[in-house]
Amino acid sequence: MAMLSFEKKYRVPGGTLLGGELFDFWVGPFYVGFFGVTTIFFTVLGTALIVWGAALGPTWNIWQIDIAPPDISYGLALAPLAKGGLWQVITVCAIGAFGSWALREVEISRKLGIGLHVPFAFSVAIFAYVTLEVIRPVLMGAWGNGFPYGIMAHLDWVSNTGYNYLNFEYNPAHMIAVTLFFTTTFALSLHGSLVLSAINPAEGEEVKTAEHEDTFFRDFIGYSIGTLGIHRLGLFLALGAGFFSAMCILISGPFWTAGWPSWWSWWLNMPIWSVHT
Amino acid sequence: MAEYQNIFTRVQVRGPAHHGVPVPQGPWVREGKPFFSYLLGQFGNAQVGPFYLGTLGLASLLCGFVAIEIIGLNMWASVGWNPILFVRDLPWLALEPPSPAYGLHIPPLAQGGWWLMAGFFLTSSLILWFLRVHRRATQLGLGTHTAWAFASAIWLYLCLGFFRPILLGAWGEAPPFGIFPHLDWTVAFSLRCGNLYYDPFHMLSIVFLYGSVLLFAMHAATILAVSRFGGDKEVEQTIDRGTASERAALFWRWTMGFNATMESIHRWAWWFAVLTPLTGGIGILLTGTVVDDWFLWAVKHGVAPHYAAIYGAIPDPAATQGGK
Repeated sequence: MAMLSFEKKYRVPGGTLLGGELFDFWVGPFYVGFFGVTTIFFTVLGTALIVWGAALGPTWNIWQIDIAPPDISYGLALAPLAKGGLWQVITVCAIGAFGSWALREVEISRKLGIGLHVPFAFSVAIFAYVTLEVIRPVLMGAWGNGFPYGIMAHLDWVSNTGYNYLNFEYNPAHMIAVTLFFTTTFALSLHGSLVLSAINPAEGEEVKTAEHEDTFFRDFIGYSIGTLGIHRLGLFLALGAGFFSAMCILISGPFWTAGWPSWWSWWLNMPIWSVHT
Repeated sequence: MAEYQNIFTRVQVRGPAHHGVPVPQGPWVREGKPFFSYLLGQFGNAQVGPFYLGTLGLASLLCGFVAIEIIGLNMWASVGWNPILFVRDLPWLALEPPSPAYGLHIPPLAQGGWWLMAGFFLTSSLILWFLRVHRRATQLGLGTHTAWAFASAIWLYLCLGFFRPILLGAWGEAPPFGIFPHLDWTVAFSLRCGNLYYDPFHMLSIVFLYGSVLLFAMHAATILAVSRFGGDKEVEQTIDRGTASERAALFWRWTMGFNATMESIHRWAWWFAVLTPLTGGIGILLTGTVVDDWFLWAVKHGVAPHYAAIYGAIPDPAATQGGK
């Protein structure tokens, strides 16, 4: 039955947002719920449309399959299916599936009597996706500004979009986002290492305590944020990375159309420098 | 619905400062009198300090200080010691490596010698810090996971600034020190090798980088969600599973059909974080040594499509301007 030894007592009815008891059941290890049904609907439809788009395209090479958004000339109108219409419907399906998944996580959290941190965190990722595929294309007036669905195709899009602004690494929001990505990974390695090092001490040593963890970090850098604080910090850093990623692409195009290196001229042109030079 | 989500500590309990688990007797003791910060206490532990310096820590900080001094003074010299220009232009200033013409020789100080020296001291500082982390963990009887994770970051740093330049026979292949200059170097490097996005090890490194952020968001959110059941006491929950671990596991099992355990999530975390610079370093080492142009490599292996040449033959500027 795919149930963990302690699982049975947690499988209680209730906590649903929609549908009452109608979809309040499990299939194997998966909880279903109303939003499980909508997740399946959008996922199956979206995936089938991707396969259809691949069939219309020139290749079945998994790296090269490319389902592109409509040409810029279509603006914000609907395009024929083979000319970007598939991309539009797939995008609707993706947003439907991601949103359903987040709401299903809310139902599971409510059923387990735990906080809503995971669905909140996931909604930041959904926001970043919607920024790329909906908000920015709408602000720029054409669905053709969205990224295509394809492994190499979306890398090419990122590369080309970056070079449209000469050097995207000068984008201040991109700088913050990259810094947060690296910092989150750095913090994750420190957290994972610390817990593993306490649970897996040297041969013959006893398992260590939170006092050892705190002592290690105070000896190491003078401060230990603590077992609760590290998870607040980790969530803050990770969500910051996602949020600033969305910001860095949102401002590129709708709010800044020149190269990003020249954005920094405000710094060089500040009046305070003229005092001496 | 709007129940308490434990984003901040609402009631700070203030006991006497904890001076740390005893360490073996040696010439060094823990420095500084611990104090409490209300603001830090809202988010994490309120206690700051004490700090253990030690011989390795002192040596590491000294080497790091020397490296930063060399870099900073060279940048200042590059604007004629003008303090205002130094502040204004700081993001653009650089300490550049020697020209490729010097190969792996030691150049005059002003032609990259300072860069080599700064690199030496920075590398010494990092390796001494690695030894310090290793020793601090051992003396407390902890595993040495933190030190080895740090070693993975040092590996990427050495691949960029040491191993790859040696394989190519010139220090000039290494990145400069400087804020915008190292970003320029990165973009130029990617362009010169036919777009680093086509480098499969760069792909892996990005997957692990994004994967690490995803994992930390998932893990941190899960632990905060079960913190009302004591989920943040991860070592205790690993040894003696409580309802926090059970609910955390079931959340993911019901969501995606699979769950980690309180210990294994930290193994996932450690490997994802460690593999980010590990695979990245491999991608860097292969670039220019084994593979000159990642786009052509990807076309050859059927990864990238072959784009029709619409601009005719474009001569390589390096071949006509006497480059090399």
